Amino acid sequence: MTKFIDLTLNGISTGAVYAAVALALVLIWRATRIVNFAQGAMLMLTTFIASAVINSTGSYVAGLLMALVCGLVLGALVELTLIRRVEHAPPLNAVIVTLGLYTLLVAVAGMIWGNTPRSFPAAFSLRGYKVGHTTLLFTPNDTFIVIMVIAVAAALAVVFRATSLGLSMRAAAFAPEVARLLGVRVGRMFTVGWALAAVAGALAGVLVAPSTFLGPNSFDPILISGFVAAVLGGLDSPPGAVVGGLLLGLALSYVSGYEGSALVPLAALVILVVVLMVRPGGLFSSTQERRV
Amino acid sequence: MRALGPRLARVTLLRSLGLTGLAAVVLLVLTATLSDYRNTQLATGAYYFAALAGLTVLAGLSGRISLGHGALMAVGAYTAALLISKEGWAVAPALAAAVLATALIGVPMGAAATRLQGPYLAGATLAFAVGLPALADKFSSLLGGENGLTVNPPIQPSWLGSNFSLYHWEAWIACLGALIVLFVLYNIVHSGTGRSLRAVRDDEIAASLCGLRVGRTQTSAFVLSAACAGLGGGLLAAVVQQLAAPGAFTIQLSLSLLAGVVIGGLGSLVGAVWGAALLVLLPNWTNDLAHSFSLSTNVSNNLPLAVYGIVLIVVMLVWPTGIQGAVRLLRRLGFRRRAQGATPSSAAWTSRKRS
Repeated sequence: MTKFIDLTLNGISTGAVYAAVALALVLIWRATRIVNFAQGAMLMLTTFIASAVINSTGSYVAGLLMALVCGLVLGALVELTLIRRVEHAPPLNAVIVTLGLYTLLVAVAGMIWGNTPRSFPAAFSLRGYKVGHTTLLFTPNDTFIVIMVIAVAAALAVVFRATSLGLSMRAAAFAPEVARLLGVRVGRMFTVGWALAAVAGALAGVLVAPSTFLGPNSFDPILISGFVAAVLGGLDSPPGAVVGGLLLGLALSYVSGYEGSALVPLAALVILVVVLMVRPGGLFSSTQERRV
Repeated sequence: MRALGPRLARVTLLRSLGLTGLAAVVLLVLTATLSDYRNTQLATGAYYFAALAGLTVLAGLSGRISLGHGALMAVGAYTAALLISKEGWAVAPALAAAVLATALIGVPMGAAATRLQGPYLAGATLAFAVGLPALADKFSSLLGGENGLTVNPPIQPSWLGSNFSLYHWEAWIACLGALIVLFVLYNIVHSGTGRSLRAVRDDEIAASLCGLRVGRTQTSAFVLSAACAGLGGGLLAAVVQQLAAPGAFTIQLSLSLLAGVVIGGLGSLVGAVWGAALLVLLPNWTNDLAHSFSLSTNVSNNLPLAVYGIVLIVVMLVWPTGIQGAVRLLRRLGFRRRAQGATPSSAAWTSRKRS
């Protein structure tokens, strides 16, 4: 029973990270109808930068802020230089370009920092809370992870629902032609969407790095889980992404605890395929599935 | 039209026989003149070609991309290695079993792929490619864990003479596999099945109105493509490297396969030859480059990967039809008259850009 509680608590904190990655994918999907397979590599790069800043300044906060700023810049840069050119091409071209970017970023990180994973500091203690005589598998750092993800999700919700920028972004994503006629600078909204998404991704990278370690390929499973979480939530809905992330975090935590961590990506694959077969629009969608 | 159909079929068969025969003669001469090292490279190129040809035909005929072909190669490689090392099978039946096993894995994948659109399918196959190699650890007593399974090299028959080297023999086996793939795929691309696949790719609703079974057609394309990848993996493990280990089948393999088909031209069988050449020669070139500029090992190890990434981005942004698209364009400019007979696969591929 303690194991079950531990796994549940652990699932909540990993689920929060998946939720952040899923948010990043959903924001980009909403803006440009592209799944950003480079997201895992982008957040890997910003986490390496954070690691360098933390090592040289000794301040975790400086590293975290640096990662978020770099994510913002990187996201905007990628949209402006690469994605803008494939937005109107067949969807396959965009998929291949993001995969190319993934490959390139992984290679560049390997060139600069080597392929051996290194450790990454945690913001708070990694020693679990004590209840009576048992130590839970939930640490102050996990609390920090959950709070940070909730804060970012809430901030994004406020931006989208309560600001004119958010309204313009939703308009640009929903009906680009009409939005353009009404004076929304659609291209710029797409750039902002990519930048905000990359910030959410960068946050996920810094939060998860203490437990996965930091290497060019360390975040591939996180990208997969983030994608599955996003599909679970419908790929179109930010709240769905958060719920999907938490559900997937719990499910994968049980798989990892009872069957071994080697099976986690395959379990994610099974969940993905089942969701796509049963409810292709995600758990919360009302749209009709595509029938073949 | 009725009378024309069988005649066309016969022409396709003849043409594919001629093409394969020509390639066989070229390869026969080539393997005899090349050094042992170059023969190993040729064998490597041959198994890459098998996997790339399957992948490019999938992309060209069904408009779908799989990132799981590296993992499918692993399925073929482990099947062949298990049967040879643990059961003592000969190479040929083990390779046949590898093809069969991968095709069987391809059936559920293909069924899923049929219902998934571009990014969903890419994500699902990506998860497959990331997740599968971990199974080698999970079942380490059977699959050998990180170290993988080693296989005894195939022994060349004695009638070839004592001067006939093992590497020469390996190149023969691998090239024979590649030729079989070429022959089969060429015939399918230019057959009724190929035309049904293109019809389904371009307009599913119209195709099903014409009586085509959309789901079954697309699943069969995936199964065919998976079988080719399985043969490629089997050749890798049983013949060329004599080893099946998880380190060979990372997500990087799947991405380099994608780079190979993209640079050759999606959907083009000849393009797969270009892609195979790139995958074999590029690591050598970057190694030499790193040596002559005395770059660090970190840089030289990651240089091929960086080139694959740049290839994927630049080709897609600048010239989505790849090398074979450029060759076709040149040919079309040279022989205006033959323009109307240009291969349908590439024309259809570019026409998908209309939206």
